[in-house]
Amino acid sequence: MILAVISVSLTPLILVSVMILGEFKRSNREKVHEHLSLHVLKHKTIIDNFLSERLRNIEHMAETWEFEQLQDDTFLENRLAVLQNTYGNVFVDLGLINEQGYQVSYAGPYRLVKAQYSEAEWFEKAIDRDSYISDVFSGLKRLPYLIVSVKKYDGEKAWLLRSTINFTVFNDLVKNIQIGKTGFTFIVNQDGRFQTTPKAGAIAARQLSLNLVENHHEADEIIVRETFGASVQEEIIVATGFLKDGEWIMVLQQNLQDALSDFQLAQNIAILIIMSGGLVIIVMAFFLSTNTVNRIAKADRENELMNRQIVETGKLAAIGELSAGIAHEVNNPVAIMVEEAGWIEDLLEEEDFQESENLKEFTRALSQIKTQGRRCKEITHKLLNFARKTDSTTQKHRINDLIEEVINLSKQRAKYSNVTVNTHLNENLPNIMISDTEFQQILLNLINNALDAMDKTGGNLDISTDIQNNEIIIGVSDTGPGIPKVNLSKIFEPFFTTKPVGKGTGLGLSICYKIIQKMGGQIDVQSGINKGTTFTIRIPMDKQENGISSMKEKNRKPLPENKNDTI
Amino acid sequence: MQSKKTIKIKEPIRLLIVDDEKEYVEVLANRMALRGIQVSKAYSGTEAIRILREKEFDVAVLDLKMEDMDGLEVLKIFKKMDPDLMVIMLTGHGSAQAASDGISLGAFAYLTKPCEFSQLLEKIRKAYWEHKNFF
Repeated sequence: MILAVISVSLTPLILVSVMILGEFKRSNREKVHEHLSLHVLKHKTIIDNFLSERLRNIEHMAETWEFEQLQDDTFLENRLAVLQNTYGNVFVDLGLINEQGYQVSYAGPYRLVKAQYSEAEWFEKAIDRDSYISDVFSGLKRLPYLIVSVKKYDGEKAWLLRSTINFTVFNDLVKNIQIGKTGFTFIVNQDGRFQTTPKAGAIAARQLSLNLVENHHEADEIIVRETFGASVQEEIIVATGFLKDGEWIMVLQQNLQDALSDFQLAQNIAILIIMSGGLVIIVMAFFLSTNTVNRIAKADRENELMNRQIVETGKLAAIGELSAGIAHEVNNPVAIMVEEAGWIEDLLEEEDFQESENLKEFTRALSQIKTQGRRCKEITHKLLNFARKTDSTTQKHRINDLIEEVINLSKQRAKYSNVTVNTHLNENLPNIMISDTEFQQILLNLINNALDAMDKTGGNLDISTDIQNNEIIIGVSDTGPGIPKVNLSKIFEPFFTTKPVGKGTGLGLSICYKIIQKMGGQIDVQSGINKGTTFTIRIPMDKQENGISSMKEKNRKPLPENKNDTI
Repeated sequence: MQSKKTIKIKEPIRLLIVDDEKEYVEVLANRMALRGIQVSKAYSGTEAIRILREKEFDVAVLDLKMEDMDGLEVLKIFKKMDPDLMVIMLTGHGSAQAASDGISLGAFAYLTKPCEFSQLLEKIRKAYWEHKNFF
């Protein structure tokens, strides 16, 4: 039962939780992807802007000044100083190069005047375009370079104004972008060469760039993928986007766990809630089903008790009917016997017999027959009286009379048990509304129990009635061995008996208790080992009416339940 | 009053005893006869009705419980046949209700079995006087 309740309650909870978590995971992943895309978009724009601004600086210079002016090293140095004043150490040097790749003038920290660039890869590209930003490459000094150059014409002849961009400044721009704990960015070119120094653990750039070039259709598109990092154990998430007109690729790489850490937290909280919910369900299921089982068991017990009570009552009724029948049948032969004796008496009146020697004996014997016949009648009438009363309808009764009747019934047994019955009955008791059958059943039970207790030893049975605090007090005391303390609290429980198997049902006192409770009364017991036992019944009088008014009786309110059961 | 009583006493009381306990009827009849009562005996309800059809009685002693007919049924028929007939019901104690029903149906009295003979005799005499006073 517990398992059924638990599984029925938990299954939907778990199913819904799994579905919600799955949905949550999916949407969270989308959000993370979107977030990373935005990051890439933002930073690639920043880089793009940085580069194009630097280019514009140089372009501006080339447009402002004539070729002749720029040829002068000192002038160029001045220009560089102006740039560096304005933009810090972004610009490393400035150089003017003619069509042949010969550096005409130079300003900067390196001794590059008269350098020959005609063979350099960047120059070949730069001389073909109006402006050019190179990849990062190792220059003549084996240092990473990034060159911006602008092409201008002096008459027919083209010339280039170029500047080296401080790699560190550029690199820092990218390196400083950090997302979460593990997210970092770097730039590669289309050939897969790093344009900035990546952190350890960056994915193979060549592979990445090839994939990207193949898959990208639009320059603006940003692609987010989940893949494996340097080792297979490490799941990473990678966002990529083109910059510098598709020549470079910005890569944002983050550990997947890190990216989803917010979700992990939410997931953990959700799991915690589900588990505690499950725990509550299990506890409740356990508690409720135990409770239900207990209640059903209690109901069963009560039901059984009720059935037993009905059976007992039925038995009593059957015994009553049977004895009524027998008593009735016995009455006829007894009547005949008594009448025949009377007939003999009649005949003895005649003179013939008056002189008979044994006339006295005859007369004595006949009157004895009559006396015993009367006694038979008394017995049968008592039996019939008792059997007739099997209903629980209440009527006005004198409690003392009812008690006397029961004592009469028990007298014979008391005599056999060597028990003396004493009564102390208060003659001023008012008549009360009570079911005589039920009251006598209670009293008979108590008296029988007392006689049972004193069966071997004999003793005194005291029965008393009195009035106290508007209650009728009925006491039944014996001088038997008493009830042990352990049993004292159980004696009113159904099926509790100390009598041998088959002798007692254990129902007697519990039925008494029920009946008295129904009357609105109480039954208490006081007992001590070797001190005897006293049962005290209290029946309230205030619900009883001393005046006779059938109307009032009909409108009588039901007796309130007695809550203060004392045992 | 005095003269009326003496005259009437010379006429014996005509009594019908109805009970299916034959021995009881016999011994009652003997004892009644000894006291100058003219007794007829019926051992069943049907027999009693037949006898009543043929003869007139002052008083009837009627058992409530008989094998062939219920005493109350017999009482109803008696009262139909002779409304002035005085009926004394004899009952076992168990049928006290029936006895009081009998009174409401017009029975004169009821006694419980076994009853004192003297008591029964007294009731019969009283019933007889009741009966005679109707005339």
